[in-house]
Amino acid sequence: MDKIWLIIKREYLVRIRKKSFIVMTLLGPFLMLLVMFLPIYLTNQTQTERTIAISEQDFDLFNKLENTDYINFVVTPASLFSDLKLNFEDELYYALLEKKENEIILSSNKQVSLSVSNEIKSQIEKKIEQENLVKLGIDINLLEKAKTNVVVSNQIISKDGIGQKSKTELSMAIGFISGLLIYIFIFMYGTMVMRSIIEEKTNRIVEVIISSVKPFKLMMGKIIGVSLIGLTQFVLWICLTSLFFLIVQGYFGNITEIESSQEIEMQSMMLEGLMYLNNINLVEILLAFLFYFLGGYLMYGSLFAAVGSAVDAEADSQQFILPVTVPLILSFILIQPIMENPDSSLAFWMSIFPLTSPIIMMVRIPFGVADWELLVSILVLIGSFILSTKFAAKIYRTGILMYGKKINYKELWKWLRYKG
Amino acid sequence: MLLEAKDIVKQYGDFYALKKANISVPKNSIYGLLGPNGAGKTSLMRIINQITAQDSGEIIFDNKKLQRNHIKDIGYLPEERGLYKKMNVKEQCLYLAQLKDMPYNEAKNRLNFWFDKLNITSLLSKRVEELSKGMAQKIQFITAIIHEPKLLIFDEPFSGFDPINASLIKHEILELHKNGTTIIFSTHRMESVEEICTHIGLINDAKTILEGPIDDVKSNFSDSSYEIICEDYEKLESSFSFKTKLHKKNKHIISINEDINFKNFMQDIISKNKVVSFQKKNPTVESIFIKAVQNG
Repeated sequence: MDKIWLIIKREYLVRIRKKSFIVMTLLGPFLMLLVMFLPIYLTNQTQTERTIAISEQDFDLFNKLENTDYINFVVTPASLFSDLKLNFEDELYYALLEKKENEIILSSNKQVSLSVSNEIKSQIEKKIEQENLVKLGIDINLLEKAKTNVVVSNQIISKDGIGQKSKTELSMAIGFISGLLIYIFIFMYGTMVMRSIIEEKTNRIVEVIISSVKPFKLMMGKIIGVSLIGLTQFVLWICLTSLFFLIVQGYFGNITEIESSQEIEMQSMMLEGLMYLNNINLVEILLAFLFYFLGGYLMYGSLFAAVGSAVDAEADSQQFILPVTVPLILSFILIQPIMENPDSSLAFWMSIFPLTSPIIMMVRIPFGVADWELLVSILVLIGSFILSTKFAAKIYRTGILMYGKKINYKELWKWLRYKG
Repeated sequence: MLLEAKDIVKQYGDFYALKKANISVPKNSIYGLLGPNGAGKTSLMRIINQITAQDSGEIIFDNKKLQRNHIKDIGYLPEERGLYKKMNVKEQCLYLAQLKDMPYNEAKNRLNFWFDKLNITSLLSKRVEELSKGMAQKIQFITAIIHEPKLLIFDEPFSGFDPINASLIKHEILELHKNGTTIIFSTHRMESVEEICTHIGLINDAKTILEGPIDDVKSNFSDSSYEIICEDYEKLESSFSFKTKLHKKNKHIISINEDINFKNFMQDIISKNKVVSFQKKNPTVESIFIKAVQNG
């Protein structure tokens, strides 16, 4: 058995039995569920009935407002209203609404919810607009008739000339999710590689190990072992999240059953999206995702390994970590703009440049990328991966035996030129 | 010779860790590699262990050029040593043995043998962080020798060991030697060199400046000093001319000229005095060390 397998096996088995791994694996799906269900829960929560008092003096204001599902407007005698202003009781009323000159004031003993004030604002605006239209002598019915709804559906012309319907939203979603996953994966497990190397170095066990295996094998075994841990965690997260989702839906089905019109809309959008999914080359996306996922991780992993080997403690790693993480963070920030304009030259170059291509190319692929661009990007990434591991290995094999020395870039440059 | 290092050069940038290091380690010897701090001992040991590679020069191991598969024949206990803190002792030892190309089942047997021998079987299921420093050191020692190498290299094996463990390790080293293992070790503790080494090599300023069987080296450095224990010093003094170097009760260390007629000298002393003992006084390794380093 090649020794690299022993190393991969050890890295994997030690990590998978760690408490932190088990905790994170169980906690991850909970957090994901929280992100999914909390907004729904909170929206339901806000939809308790609220009564808003308006003074009889502002009767024309009251006339402009209509009760909604969860807001009731009531008129109160002026004397009671001014009493309430001094001594607010929140058992009866949620807030007080009054008009002073050109300003409409909503007062309460706590911060008024944004949805309530937005609702009031839009109702009043709409009413005044309608009044204005009448004043200007415009027939509202005619105006209604003039309204129209245009649907622009996108088509991508493939090589055989057959147009296929596409959905920008879906491409965006796929691009964003895959970019995000790659970003999280590289960051989490890249730093895990770094920490594990620092640990071996401070433990001083590293010298014993490299008297048995080549430093390059130790480094690669570690990077691969950690990547397998990452994949295991991702697969478990996906399985557990789906399982928890089903359980939660079974128990608290009522939460999701109370569907606001928005949710229905979202669901129909999702269904529509699923239909368009057939029109997107899923196999291509999946293969590209796997490639950029692993390629990006392996390249960044080796850079993190080089950093780990050069320092004595994690606290010292900052100055070297920054140049490694800047392209990563930059490509994450640029996901949004690149989705808006996936064929810009910025998008093109960033999807070729190996430190940004794993994320940016994945964002672009669902929108359609020319084959040659993809090929160039893949070749560049493979080349850079080979180069970066060689570079990292050189730093690594010197760095792991170097203790108590303040390391700077000049020193690293020297290490690169040392012979085996 | 089990191991020969010929003209080893190792350079880090402008700094020479080894300029021209030569050592010859005979089979079944205990070879003490001596030298001041920073002389290049650890660099040489790392090259023999193939942790780093020399820039020039060659290493012959067991009549062949040193290569990757010799790793299983060499055991190494570095000066800076440690273990994975969170890992189970047994798994850790088996892992390290397997990295030295030892099959799993064989490693398991050897492991049980050694833990039995050192009376620490109860530690097998513990994690390293639960052990005392002395216990961890015993385990490090076992991991260095578990694969039964032909050559064992110990870098400062006694540093960091308490006296009890140090003497235990010394005992084990001697026993391994008796069973045919060749041992190289570096140390600052000269008394342990005197005690157990059969050969020594001295490295100073990145070069080997002295090497050979310990007795040969000693006699080469001998300055014709003799220790005489006799009753009457004055009688001794009147008969021959010599320099007295040390003078304690009836014990005298004297230095005589090389060209003296040794037979006459002996007869004369014995006839005039009651001599209890007379022996050539060999220099200590420590004095050789200091002398050789100072003379460059």
